[in-house]
Amino acid sequence: MAAGVAAWLPFARAAAIGWMPVANCPMPLAPADKNKRQDELIVLNVSGRRFQTWRTTLERYPDTLLGSTEKEFFFNEDTKEYFFDRDPEVFRCVLNFYRTGKLHYPRYECISAYDDELAFYGILPEIIGDCCYEEYKDRKRENAERLMDDNDSENNQESMPSLSFRQTMWRAFENPHTSTLALVFYYVTGFFIAVSVITNVVETVPCGTAPGSKELPCGERYSVAFFCLDTACVMIFTVEYLLRLFAAPSRYRFIRSVMSIIDVVAIMPYYIGLVMTNNEDVSGAFVTLRVFRVFRIFKFSRHSQGLRILGYTLKSCASELGFLLFSLTMAIIIFATVMFYAEKGSSASKFTSIPASFWYTIVTMTTLGYGDMVPKTIAGKIFGSICSLSGVLVIALPVPVIVSNFSRIYHQNQRADKRRAQKKARLARIRVAKTGSSNAYLHSKRNGLLNEALELMGTPEEEHMGKTTSLIESQHHHLLHCLEKTTGLSYLVDDPLLSVRTSTIKNHEFIDEQMFEQNCMESSMQNYPSTRSPSLSSHPGLTTTCCSRRSKKTTHLPNSNLPATRLRSMQELSTIHIQGSEQPSLTTSRSSLNLKADDGLRPNCKTSQITTAIISIPTPPALTPEGESRPPPASPGPNTNIPSIASNVVKVSAL
Amino acid sequence: PHCRWILYQLSHQGSPIEDELEMTMVCHRPEGLEQLEAQTNFTKRELQVLYRGFKNECPSGVVNEETFKQIYAQFFPHGDASMYAHYLFHAFDTTQTGSVKFEDFVTALSILLRGTVHEKLRWTFNLYDINKDGYINKEEMMDIVKAIYDMMGKYTYPVLKEDTPRQHVDIFFQKMDKNKDGIVTLDEFLESCQEDDNIMRSLQLFQNVM
Repeated sequence: MAAGVAAWLPFARAAAIGWMPVANCPMPLAPADKNKRQDELIVLNVSGRRFQTWRTTLERYPDTLLGSTEKEFFFNEDTKEYFFDRDPEVFRCVLNFYRTGKLHYPRYECISAYDDELAFYGILPEIIGDCCYEEYKDRKRENAERLMDDNDSENNQESMPSLSFRQTMWRAFENPHTSTLALVFYYVTGFFIAVSVITNVVETVPCGTAPGSKELPCGERYSVAFFCLDTACVMIFTVEYLLRLFAAPSRYRFIRSVMSIIDVVAIMPYYIGLVMTNNEDVSGAFVTLRVFRVFRIFKFSRHSQGLRILGYTLKSCASELGFLLFSLTMAIIIFATVMFYAEKGSSASKFTSIPASFWYTIVTMTTLGYGDMVPKTIAGKIFGSICSLSGVLVIALPVPVIVSNFSRIYHQNQRADKRRAQKKARLARIRVAKTGSSNAYLHSKRNGLLNEALELMGTPEEEHMGKTTSLIESQHHHLLHCLEKTTGLSYLVDDPLLSVRTSTIKNHEFIDEQMFEQNCMESSMQNYPSTRSPSLSSHPGLTTTCCSRRSKKTTHLPNSNLPATRLRSMQELSTIHIQGSEQPSLTTSRSSLNLKADDGLRPNCKTSQITTAIISIPTPPALTPEGESRPPPASPGPNTNIPSIASNVVKVSAL
Repeated sequence: PHCRWILYQLSHQGSPIEDELEMTMVCHRPEGLEQLEAQTNFTKRELQVLYRGFKNECPSGVVNEETFKQIYAQFFPHGDASMYAHYLFHAFDTTQTGSVKFEDFVTALSILLRGTVHEKLRWTFNLYDINKDGYINKEEMMDIVKAIYDMMGKYTYPVLKEDTPRQHVDIFFQKMDKNKDGIVTLDEFLESCQEDDNIMRSLQLFQNVM
């Protein structure tokens, strides 16, 4: 039942009273009208734009979002309206669908955005009204083609490692840009096609006279040279054809394809000529065969996109061309007949028969006008002029169709190529954005640690905080952090440049282990007072004593009480230690990836200097880097060299 | 002159094509809400709801028989409701102009839904009396009953037999025709219906449709 007609239901029910006297048996009870609500206006707030409609309007389609109880999920108690965070423009169309029963598709709307909105509101696109359905389908098809195109080109560009030799060869043939060898092959064949065609042409040019004889065409004068050239070209073509035949995934289909037929036709005359040189009778036919050598020029279509498009256009315009031909033939016959009978009277007329007049008609209709046949009678001249006028018209009619077809296909191809070219740039930019977001995680991790360190220290330290992250970001980062903790692994930054960039935040630098060790070794000479030991929490406390331990010459691993296996399982990439900076005399040995060792030795007297230490702490309880005396861990493992920056340095996995 | 006519509709019935043309040019606006409220048994709110539905389907303000049939047919997708709708239309169209204005529509609805038993029966008699001569004869009743059966469609259980409508009409006449003269007058009709409990009860069925 159509939606709008629901409003007429009271009328239909009232009209049923007409059946009552006729009925023989009692009627069923009427359904009780529970929830008898007066029809009320409901407010739909879509991104700030308020739409209002009757509740019954929406209830016409109960299997959509707005018509069912699903919309209650979007009800805002405070404002007593339904709030949807969606596009108000498309919502206009959706609401009109409820009102009028017809769904329209606006032309300016993007097809995928529209589809998304329809899917959200639970409306099937099939109910788009006839007025807009065609447009919708066209756009949808275009979009699907584009997606397929993109997928195809993606598949082409992906490196498929498990390609057989045959498949690689085929890919090389079809797509010369895949490898240098293919490109070389492509250009070589192109060159030889050109050479072959040019030799065919030059062969026939008269080439200067040998003394005492008439002019010979070059082909006969330098027959040996030309023969060698021809042989070389044909050999190359044969080899190419055989290679393609070998590499083709479906040999049968390859043999039937147009290009391979052209290949065969191009090289056959040579072989036939080889076979038949001795036979004098057939040599006449052999000469004719040489004409087919000109087909070699069609081999260029593999090299030229435009040529292929032209061929494809002609194929797709077959019906128009057929019509053109048919109408021309009709006109030619008509006019030839007329001209023949008109010129019959005049003496010495060239119009000897109707077929003879065909030539005149064709020449006139195509406005060539050779002048070898000219009407002499008045009637003939009149009809001749009519003939030439109509010729222009008949030819001008189907030609624009062919032209527009060609233009459409050509532009489609252009667009596909452009898209493919732009795709690379787009993907590169997207990649940069992605790495940006993963850096954000690292940043925030560092800053997070910083913040906590500072909180512990109780010093207000704002400048080094970095930018504050939104709640979503911080929760996301926390999630990643938890994952790291769960698995005991950590995220890597694979680009050293990136870590340098990130380390340009003041005083916060990444350190890799080796440098760190080095620096710590070197700075072991110095005496660093220690600050209070870090708290037992899993986050690094304030450490300064990167070398306090060192002075004791104990080789403690930073997480000394950790079993060695734990350490080994951590893939720490770099460490930074966090230092509290209450004492000005605190120095830290900092090393960064790019700093030289001696730089790291610079004592840092600035207050509130914090270098973040990225420390991996698999489990808090295991980690209690503590005070001074600590039994030296039995620690094999990669960290043996790290001096005991010890307890106060909590290693956190970098990145 | 509460009614504003953009194009004055000629009183005589034109051919259907002319009717259509007129229909597209005519735009009728109904009398004021207060007046309608006074004339009918509906509240303002109910009238509003009715008018909204009416205007949605018939933006021109009047409904002609074609539209009427289409609307009614939507409620009975399995059968053919066109004949019954035809009779209905002529029952609604009291002035026999070929188009039903909103006032006529609402007046009839008011009788059917909110009227007295007497009024309802009167209206039904008017419906059955196809030629509006004041009497119902067997042929008219046959037409009506056939039209009702048509609405059921072909696929029924049990399958409709040829003479079921005739039997039905016979039963009806047996009940209604007091003096057995082959026609049913208004008084006979009223009397017989009031005697039948079933009919009385079913007339109250659609009391609270709005």
